[in-house]
Order: sequence, then C-alpha cells, then structure tokens
Amino acid sequence: MAAPVKSTVDTAMSSVQNLTIGKALNLGLRRAMEADSKVIVMGEDVGKLGGVFRITDGLQKDFGEHRVLDTPLAESGIIGTAVGLAVRGFRPVCEIQFEGFIFPGFDQISSQLAKLHYRTQGKVKVPVVIRVPYGGGIGAVEHHSESPESLFAHTPGLRVVSCSNPVDAYWMLQQAITCDDPVLFFEPKRLYHSGALKAAVDTTATPEPLFASRVLRQGGVDAAATLVTYGPSVKVCLDAATAAAEEGKSLEVIDLRTLSPLDLEPVFESVRRTGRLVAVSEASSESSLTSEIAARVQQECFYSLEAPVLRVTGFDTPYPPSKLEEHFLPDLDRVLHAVDRALAW
Amino acid sequence: MSELRLVRLIEPDGSASGDDRYALPAPGELLEHYRALVRGRRFNEQASALVRQGRLAVYPSSHGQEACQVAAAAVLRDGDWLFPTYRDSVAAVERGVDPVEVMLLLSGDWHCGYDPMRHHVAPQATPLATQLPHAVGVAHAARLKGEDTVVLALCGDGATSEGDFHEALNFAAVFRAPVVFLVQNNKYAISVPLARQSVASSLAAKGEGYGMPSALVDGNDVAALTAVLGEAVRRAAGGDGPTLMEADTYRMDAHTNADDASRYRDDAEVTEWARRDPLVRLRAHLRAAGVLDDEEERAIAESAEQTAAYLRTGLSADSEPDPAELFAHVYAGPAPHLAAQAELLAAELTAEVHS
Repeated sequence: MAAPVKSTVDTAMSSVQNLTIGKALNLGLRRAMEADSKVIVMGEDVGKLGGVFRITDGLQKDFGEHRVLDTPLAESGIIGTAVGLAVRGFRPVCEIQFEGFIFPGFDQISSQLAKLHYRTQGKVKVPVVIRVPYGGGIGAVEHHSESPESLFAHTPGLRVVSCSNPVDAYWMLQQAITCDDPVLFFEPKRLYHSGALKAAVDTTATPEPLFASRVLRQGGVDAAATLVTYGPSVKVCLDAATAAAEEGKSLEVIDLRTLSPLDLEPVFESVRRTGRLVAVSEASSESSLTSEIAARVQQECFYSLEAPVLRVTGFDTPYPPSKLEEHFLPDLDRVLHAVDRALAW
Repeated sequence: MSELRLVRLIEPDGSASGDDRYALPAPGELLEHYRALVRGRRFNEQASALVRQGRLAVYPSSHGQEACQVAAAAVLRDGDWLFPTYRDSVAAVERGVDPVEVMLLLSGDWHCGYDPMRHHVAPQATPLATQLPHAVGVAHAARLKGEDTVVLALCGDGATSEGDFHEALNFAAVFRAPVVFLVQNNKYAISVPLARQSVASSLAAKGEGYGMPSALVDGNDVAALTAVLGEAVRRAAGGDGPTLMEADTYRMDAHTNADDASRYRDDAEVTEWARRDPLVRLRAHLRAAGVLDDEEERAIAESAEQTAAYLRTGLSADSEPDPAELFAHVYAGPAPHLAAQAELLAAELTAEVHS
C-alpha cells in the first residue's frame, strides 16, 4: 500500500524540490495520474480553474477533460458518480471545495461508499479518495473553516488521514490513491500556501507508511509531556514545543497523520515515558478524535499517567464568525497553558 | 409543454392498441415474456409466504409490477448493468442472479447475497435513489473505456423526490452517460400517494428539465415496456445519452408484509388496477393470437412452480453466517485495529461452546 509511485517525468529535474503543501499536493496528484491512467480527478472547478485553492492547477491542461472532470455543482452526485466509476476500476479523486460543503455528500459517503465493500463481502471495491480542505484561520465566512473529520473517523469502512507538511502532502496523497479502501484526505487549507512551511520534497525518497503516526519532535530522556495532534494544529504544537524549550521544558510532538485507523502505539510509547499527554485539535472536543485518544491512552497507559489526559480543542460551539475565530482556535498559549496544568497536577 | 402521450401496445382486455410509434413485438417474444411474468408472479407469492413462515424478515413485493421487472431484465444485453431497488428482486432474478442469493438480504444472512461484479447487478438499494448516481458513474466509466455498455437504473415514484434523483439525472445528461432511468410509478411511497410527491404533469415530464428524452409507458404492458426501453437502450449504446422513462403501474400489495394498506387506500382502487393486471392482459392477447394453449400454460405454471420450490428449499435450510464475517470485509486492506474486537468475539464463542 505504501509503495512509492514511480515517476515518469522530470527525470532531468532534480529529485528534490522546495514546495509548499499546496504545490506538493499538486505534484503528488500529477504523479499519481502519470502512474495510473485509471486515476481521475473530479469536482467543482477542478478543471480549467485548477480548483479554488489551485491544488489541481494545470492538470486538466496536461491530462485532458476526460481525466480532470468539472462536475455539476452537487456533492452527493460527485461522490455517488465516483462510486460507480470505482466499481468499474477507476480511481476517482474527488475534491470537495470546502469541508462545510461535504454534508450534501455525507449520505453517499457514510451509507454507500463506506459500506459497499462490506455489503458485498469484498466483491465490490470502491477506491475513492475524497480531498477535503479543512480547518480555520483564514478569515472566511461561515461553512469555510470547520473540522468535521471525527464524523468520518467514526464511520467504519472509511480511512481518514490528514497531512501537515509538504513531504507528507506529496506522498500521502499518492498512497491514498493507491489504497483499495475509500480514503477521506483532509488538507490543512490555511497552510496550503505557507512559505514558512516550504520544505524539500525528495521525490525519490522512500515514504513513511500512510497509516502510521510519526514523532516529529523527540523530547529526550527528560521529556516533560507529550503533545499529540494532526493537520493544521501540528504547526501550533511544534511552535509550542519550541517556546517550551526556551523555558527549559522538553516536549514531544506526535503527528497522528492517520485518523482512522488511529496509530497510537507511538503515543503510548511516549506517554509511558512522559506521563503526561495533551491532545490538540481544532475540532470541537465532545465525542471527537481527542476523546478517543484520551480514552485509549488511559486504557493503555493507566499506570504511567502522572496527570489526566488534557485536551486543547475548538469550543463545543458552531464555528464562529471570523472576527472571533482567534478566540476559538487552539493557539500556542492555550497549548502551553495545558502543558503547565498537566505539569502542576 | 405538451403532455407526454402514454405508450400502450396491448389493451387491458388483450387487444392490440395500434400505437403509431412502436410496433408490437412478435408473438414468440411475447410468449417468452409471459413465461417470465408467471415466474415473477409466483416468485412474489412464494417470497411473501416465506415471510409468514418466518424465513424472511420482510418482502417488498412487486406484485402487479411484474411487467416492469421482466422488461427491465429482458432489454439488457450481456455486459449491461442493472441497478435495482429493494422491490426489484424479480428483475435481479430475471437477470440471472440465483433467487436464493437475492433473498439473502431479506433473510438476514448478508446485506447483499450475490456477486454484483459477476452478474452486473448492483446491490439492491434500500435508501431511495442512492443507487442512481452510482449507475451514472458506471455508465460514465463505460464511456471512458470506449464500451457500448448500458446501465438501467430502477427507482420508484417516491425516489423522484430525493436529491440523488435530481443529481443523478443532471449528471447523466451533462455527461451524456449511457443510462436509462426507469421510474416505476406504483402510486405509493409506503402510504404517501403520488400527489404528495409531485404535482408535475407526469414524472416522465421531468426529463425535459434535464434536457433528456423521456417517455410515459403503460407499466403493466410488457410489450410497450420492452419496445420503449429497448429503444432507450439502443440510443444509450449508440452514444446518444440517457433517457427517463416512467412506467404507469400499481403496487397491488402493501408496501411490505409489515404494512397495512387499508389505512390509506380503498379496495375499489385496488380492484380497478387488478383489471389492468399485466399477466391477465398478456395471457388474453396470446390466447387470442393462438400461441398460448392449455398445454403451454401448464408447462409455464410447472416451470414457475420449480422456481418457487427452489426458493422454498433454499431458504428453509437453517443458515448460520460465520461470525468471523463481521470483521472480514470492512476494509479491502488490512485492518489490525479490528483484531482485538475479533478476538473478543472469538473468545466469547469459544466460552459458549465449552459452557
């Protein structure tokens, strides 16, 4: 599943490119389409425009209208049509324009896409990837800044992942496309074009497995606490760890990457050493991924915990108007405050 | 907009209607359809009996709609796809799916008991209209592959109120997908009559809004159905895109055995529709044409009886799905995160055996 996709172009170009997350996703899509003629990109404005975030920029020009399909404006129709295409051997990659617009397609995703393989005892495979720009902090109007990933992680039959950096964006998207299960691919939209996050993407490297979390920052032998997070909050946690280090506190940071199935072994391993865990996410806390993490960590690491698992999340409210979003979103101070609470327990 | 003119080739009394647009199929072909109608009617009766015998949880019967079921299967060629709903078991059987496998959905053995890829028959859809966008996807795939495969998607009048009905028809029209939508307008969505679903002049008339040709057909006239559906299949196969067809028919039984139709409709209405029964009219037509005699009728009834017996036998055996199947098919790829729950169940089962 995690086999690297062989590149067929750019052989003259250096295999290392300095890319934003957005450009890395674009290149990853391009590579996936080169590697397999059954890969089809479909969605609203993905063709000529290249998507409202330009993630599919240039693909229709190079691969044609049959493979990069501007669809009518209807999310259920997009997902449902992709299901039929997948039944006949295609690998559709659907773009949902903003996460807030995924709900007209929710029935097709949760009742159909997630269950077809099970219903048919494995006789029907539906390898559909649904790309979902998600998360806040872009000053947008309502329905453009939400974090609905827990709804999908709660649904058996779906796989759910989220990237947080250009290297993962490039590889994880290609790996998701080769996966025989439906994959919800959540993309941290406010980081798409972040120059600060630009990173060297080595297209000849061997990628990490798709369904594995990763320790991004080691805390060393005197690590004080563990931060576990994913997607847009990874940057917040890495910044928090840097700030904590200046105060002499060493934090470990784990990027989940896979939200369903969860890969919590690295988290358990870390918590057994640090005794303290703060789970961070922009999504509301109630019945969420961070709830699941807290439950599993207390079950697996009960005797190692020095403090309860604490959570720093979006509030249990609808996403607020943009002038209030800075108060809603977990930020560096809120994360550090939670770390202090855990240490003072 | 002019109202669509109903296509009918055989009158309820069996006489030829003399439609100026479509020719009446040859008697030999109609005799084959009659055989299938009798088989379908017997299938419906047997499945309903199996509910009363406790072998099936429920059976949504297509009694009265057998002409639609038979025609839908008959017009498809090898390689074409059928997308049935829960009320379209007879159509699935007529497409060659094992009758017992079709019923496994209703016996509680598995959500889909047959191999959709082998038969080109999609799993029977329970939530209304959800199968229609899938049908469009399969049809669009055929275009991309350069095949002349056609997809026939079934739904009822209630389904036309769903968003997926609209989205599927619109996608099909925009993509020029080779799909034929057959709406079996049987007048009720459980208890709610057509008038509460739509006030359009007809359901077929909705095709105009999507820019696709449409037809309104007597849904109890298998001759008209095969003629008009056959034409739509040929159009689709030839690259001329989708068609919307409305079959004017009637659900003679209650929604399922769990439903009480007397609460929402009069017996007089049912009696009136019995007069237009698809088997009665084709039988009268074939008897008058001299191609159906007593001996042939006995042979047809006997053949239908064999199907019923096969269904009875197949569903009377006590089946026990393997509990390990619970975890086996959730994902195509490995699912180690389910291992602990699978082990828990296995341990419980072992303990039961030893207790």
